[in-house]
Amino acid sequence: MSKLYVARNPRVAARGIGGEMMIMSGRDSTLFTLNKTATILWQAADGATPLDEIVQQRICPEFEVQPTEALRDAETLARELAGHGILQVSEEPIPTGNPASGEPQGEKR
Amino acid sequence: MSGLLQEMTEKALKLNIPISVQIDLTYRCNERCVHCYLDHDDHGEMTTAEIKHLLDEMAEAGVFILTLSGGEIFLRKDFFEILEYARLQRGFCVKLKTNAILIGEREAARIRDLGVESIQISIYSHRPEVHDAITLVPGSLKRSLDAVRFLKSQGLRVIMANVLMVQNMRDYPGVRALAEEIGVDTTLDPTITPMMDGDRGVLSLGVGQDTLRQVFRDTALVGDVEEFCAIADPADENSLSSLPCSAGHTNCYVSPYGDVFPCVQFPLPTGNVRNQRFIDIWRHSDQMNEVRSIRLKDLTTCTSCAHVGGCSRCPGLAYQEGNMRGPSSQDCEKSFVKTGVPSANMLAKKRGGANLVQIRSLPTSPNTMQGATA
Repeated sequence: MSKLYVARNPRVAARGIGGEMMIMSGRDSTLFTLNKTATILWQAADGATPLDEIVQQRICPEFEVQPTEALRDAETLARELAGHGILQVSEEPIPTGNPASGEPQGEKR
Repeated sequence: MSGLLQEMTEKALKLNIPISVQIDLTYRCNERCVHCYLDHDDHGEMTTAEIKHLLDEMAEAGVFILTLSGGEIFLRKDFFEILEYARLQRGFCVKLKTNAILIGEREAARIRDLGVESIQISIYSHRPEVHDAITLVPGSLKRSLDAVRFLKSQGLRVIMANVLMVQNMRDYPGVRALAEEIGVDTTLDPTITPMMDGDRGVLSLGVGQDTLRQVFRDTALVGDVEEFCAIADPADENSLSSLPCSAGHTNCYVSPYGDVFPCVQFPLPTGNVRNQRFIDIWRHSDQMNEVRSIRLKDLTTCTSCAHVGGCSRCPGLAYQEGNMRGPSSQDCEKSFVKTGVPSANMLAKKRGGANLVQIRSLPTSPNTMQGATA
């Protein structure tokens, strides 16, 4: 089976607010909130890490699910988010410049 | 406001997060609009590095919606560097306010690539002789409209912002028709803001009650006129405990010099990001907390007003009249024009006026006095 890569769409705005990830689509200004799995996927979607690695390293430990089942669900979710213009999905690594995930960057100054 | 945005705003309010902030990048401008409240000199704008640092702090504080405005934002040579940083490095949902006369096809494409949410462009009339007489720049309408079309052709959301004043009071239907033809949104605002130095002379440009009445009864603008112009239900305990507006609660404003205010229209200084962290000003400024403490029940005059449950009262305009807990006369006038019922502030002024005349002229009958001052 070929690898799948996911990347954050650079035209999307994102911010974690009170533990919830808010996403504003750049395509039509629609606002979304991501659930916990989608948030993990969004944060890990750097265009370079294959989806199966994201599932294995980030999703399985969090939810205690079987990797095969988790990968199938993650692929469905990734394609759904791509349908809303939130993620980009490709069978090749996606060069992105790594746009911001919207997570706090740590205390400054 | 969409349900989700409302939900997000309520969450931000509960968590004391400034979800939406406007930064004016400069007060310099390439137009000289007759109603503008700004001083267009540069008194020491924040540098690129200072603005990027502020954006870091704002992202950390949870700011999501960032409006970049001015002055004219495209006069800053580092504008695209700031925009790129805000979008790609810090993930803000960015809105722009501009006159757009410096936006060509190349700039429009770059704005699209950077995923800007919307661009609000000031359009005062569909007629060049009216628009250009307001901006005092010949050819400005054509250049702004060219930009509207460039941006629209990139698939961007464009909003024509029309400030209503005596010079253009008959032209708003023309602006709306033009916007429809191009396929962009419009807003219409009859509010004129006093000058930054407190000079209120510019308020004379505001349209009179006849024009306001016409605007408030235009179904294309307000929808159901009967509903829009109805007197609000009397305020109950719950509504009196509600917030007057979002200024200082989920929104604030930063000037080109780093001064933080509750809102662009609320010039109460609360701190400066050049010597304090943004989040510390937001959370701990005495002035910000004072604004935050005010509930509808704390307002002087307004609590006894028939319109208190539905008034658009702007606390910033009230502050500029001398009391942030007081009425805002422009909003009193709007409530009156909508409903035909004078506000408590208008009635109080009328009584005050009668007293003054009484002192001076000692009338023989109170009825004569009422007639003379009505």
